[in-house]
Amino acid sequence: MKNFFKIFFSIILVFGYSQNSYSAEKVEYLKTDWSFKGLFGKFDRGALQRGYQVYTEVCSSCHSMKYVSYRNLAEKGGPEFTEAQVKAIAASFEVKDGPNADGEMFTRPGKLSDKFVMPYENVKAAQAANGGAYPPDMSVLVKARGGGVDYIYSLLQGYESPPAGFILDDGVYYNKYMYGNKIKMSNQLSDGLVEYADGTNATVEQMSKDVTTFLMWTAEPHLEARHQMGFKAIVYLIILTILVYFSMKRIWSRIETEV
Amino acid sequence: MSDHEYTPKSKFGKWFNDRLPLLSLASHLTDYPTPKNLNYWWTFGGILTFCLITQIVTGLTLAMHYIAHADMAFESVEHIMRDVNYGWLIRYIHANGASMFFLAVYIHIFRSLFYGSYKSPREIIWIIGIIIYLLMMAAAFMGYVLPWGQMSFWGATVITNLFSAIPLVGEGIVTWLWGGYSVDNPTLTRFFTLHYLIPFLILGLVVLHIWALHVPGNNNPVGIDIEKPSKDTVPFHPYIVIKDGFALLMFMIVFAFFVFYAPNILGHADNYIEADPLVTPAHIVPEWYLLPFYAILRSVPDKLLGVVAMLSAILILAALPWLDTSKIRSAVFRPLYKQFYWILVADVLILGYVGAMPAEGLYLLIARVATAYYFLHFLVILPVLGFKEKTLPVPLSITEPVLGGSPNLATARNRESLNN
Amino acid sequence: MAEKKTNRRDFLFTATYAVGAVGLGATVWPMIDQMNPDASVKALASTEVDISSVTPGKTITVLWRGKPVFIRRRTPDEIAEAKSVNLEDLKDPQKDEDRAKDPEWLVMLGVCTHLGCVPLDQKGDYNGWFCPCHGSHYDTSGRIRKGPAPTNMEVPKYEFVNSNTIKIG
Repeated sequence: MKNFFKIFFSIILVFGYSQNSYSAEKVEYLKTDWSFKGLFGKFDRGALQRGYQVYTEVCSSCHSMKYVSYRNLAEKGGPEFTEAQVKAIAASFEVKDGPNADGEMFTRPGKLSDKFVMPYENVKAAQAANGGAYPPDMSVLVKARGGGVDYIYSLLQGYESPPAGFILDDGVYYNKYMYGNKIKMSNQLSDGLVEYADGTNATVEQMSKDVTTFLMWTAEPHLEARHQMGFKAIVYLIILTILVYFSMKRIWSRIETEV
Repeated sequence: MSDHEYTPKSKFGKWFNDRLPLLSLASHLTDYPTPKNLNYWWTFGGILTFCLITQIVTGLTLAMHYIAHADMAFESVEHIMRDVNYGWLIRYIHANGASMFFLAVYIHIFRSLFYGSYKSPREIIWIIGIIIYLLMMAAAFMGYVLPWGQMSFWGATVITNLFSAIPLVGEGIVTWLWGGYSVDNPTLTRFFTLHYLIPFLILGLVVLHIWALHVPGNNNPVGIDIEKPSKDTVPFHPYIVIKDGFALLMFMIVFAFFVFYAPNILGHADNYIEADPLVTPAHIVPEWYLLPFYAILRSVPDKLLGVVAMLSAILILAALPWLDTSKIRSAVFRPLYKQFYWILVADVLILGYVGAMPAEGLYLLIARVATAYYFLHFLVILPVLGFKEKTLPVPLSITEPVLGGSPNLATARNRESLNN
Repeated sequence: MAEKKTNRRDFLFTATYAVGAVGLGATVWPMIDQMNPDASVKALASTEVDISSVTPGKTITVLWRGKPVFIRRRTPDEIAEAKSVNLEDLKDPQKDEDRAKDPEWLVMLGVCTHLGCVPLDQKGDYNGWFCPCHGSHYDTSGRIRKGPAPTNMEVPKYEFVNSNTIKIG
């Protein structure tokens, strides 16, 4: 039996490792302690609320977030703004609706059920406004990048002047962590760019961490529920496994053999 | 096939059973005499049944929310992940369930290879198993296309293009598969239809697989034929049921770990980017369970021959009962085969590893050597080994090794008694 | 001694079964609950309707939660008729005042309480609505008067946001 589990778990390890080693880039990402990692990982509410502020004030002018709704901002496990706050946030956006009784489209203040308003009508419009590059939708961005949160966090702080001899076209910038080191987004963050409602000092590092936390939540809105349920499920399975193990021993003892 | 006549006790039971012998079937299944020395490698049959049922149940519930349309598929998956009650849980179980299913099936196949379970009189069980495995690959591939992410789209493009290697009709077949001039909405809808159908075909084949198994009965770690029922067997219920249950729970703990704590680790990040026919991702990689075959495909420099090699690598398994010429089933009594067996395991793992790496330089060389060895194992080593190998003496009954606790000890004891 | 052993074994097996059954139940629930209205459906709870163009004697039908809602601006005759009915004659006694906040405006779900068809406006024996499916007659207050339907047509939660707008839900 020992032999069996040794082999079984090494197979799992080999596969886990080969998947990891594949997705790992050569660059070392900047490290920070994420509150949402680990068995009991939870989001830092303050970071989520600040991250939302950075997203709205900085990112959202180019990056859409089309799968997230305003109501999500008030939901459990998210930034947990109060419902009144979220209603006010939603109402501050103009949402296109219609057609009305006359068959015309009209704009109205946003409601809780509306999805985040997009900065551009469609991908083509976004490309036209950004020199041909489409600023990717941010809803699941963290999951869509091999390095995940560490990559995004590093990228935001990875702007440097290019090494000698590195040729950059117009509208292309040098970033230490970008694949090929060429990025079409200029450095967006600078110390004190936003004024945090909770008075936190808005350094580039702080803003990067906050907005990355926010992006992790938009990509995995049920992360906290998942961690909580996972812990319960695994504890339950272990208890049942122990019970079944002793029942098995008991049953097999009838024929005097080893299991 | 029933081992003894079963008569229900109640009058209604008898009346019903005379018309539809369900009770006889149930009695056959619970009393089914199973070798008492089956080790934990034998629990994967039950685990695979669990995997199939899990995939069908979660798949059915996902299909209630999924929209098979090129413009809406990605969005509907996000809808499942965000809004549907427990949608995230069901989808993560289904996605990781595919990986767990393949993990279990590979263990099941390699168990069969080690203990010679494919040999006479179990060839049909083995061949049905190979068909199930092929259908699993088809279902998994088409399932991976459904979220309509970048890997879905480009994986579908690459795999369907394999058919273009067929001389003369290849291009026509690819267009027919696509229902257009590229992978697009018609491809998605037919893949969804087939992805829905295949699990039920697998279910039917599983019934045949078990039926065929119940004719000769289980093989066992010693690999000898045993009398059933006898001192060497135990009834399936409760002995095997509880043991399978225990192993299944251990398996479920690993499964739960993936679902709750690393749900995306076995997937590829690019599949969270919506499909874009204008941009190919930097690395196209299939899911891990297809990597060894992907490595074989890429190690052959010719398009047609590459496809042929990849298909042969799977189909050669169907001929295994006749390629392996040894009369002895279990590797326990085949010292040379045992070593070649572990070399094959290493070879397949290496193929899987290089399948994930870029097809260039050293990786390509390793892939070629490993591919060549894979075929060498089945086409040369196995047939020759059957004639040349000096096998160890095989015990007459399994009661002895069971008492010893492990087959190795039993062999030693057996040898001892022969010397005396 | 032997008896004690049996008891302990029974307890072990019972506990295993019980714990297993709890887990099975907990696993089945997500598969059932996924069919309940999801978060995005629940969020679409209310709709606002512009009623400025509705003249007396006219009915507009709007969609709310996938069902038709009748908004009728009643004529004085209809209001009088609705108010004059003797409650004892009704199958599902309800005063007109309890159904229409503003007597001029009747807002109700346009769904027959029999089996869910949409009744026709200004039809039937009571000058109200008539369901073509199985012949239920409703009066000018939407109350069931004749036919198989058991109850009056349902009045949803609504409020007048201003004189021109009704918010349903």
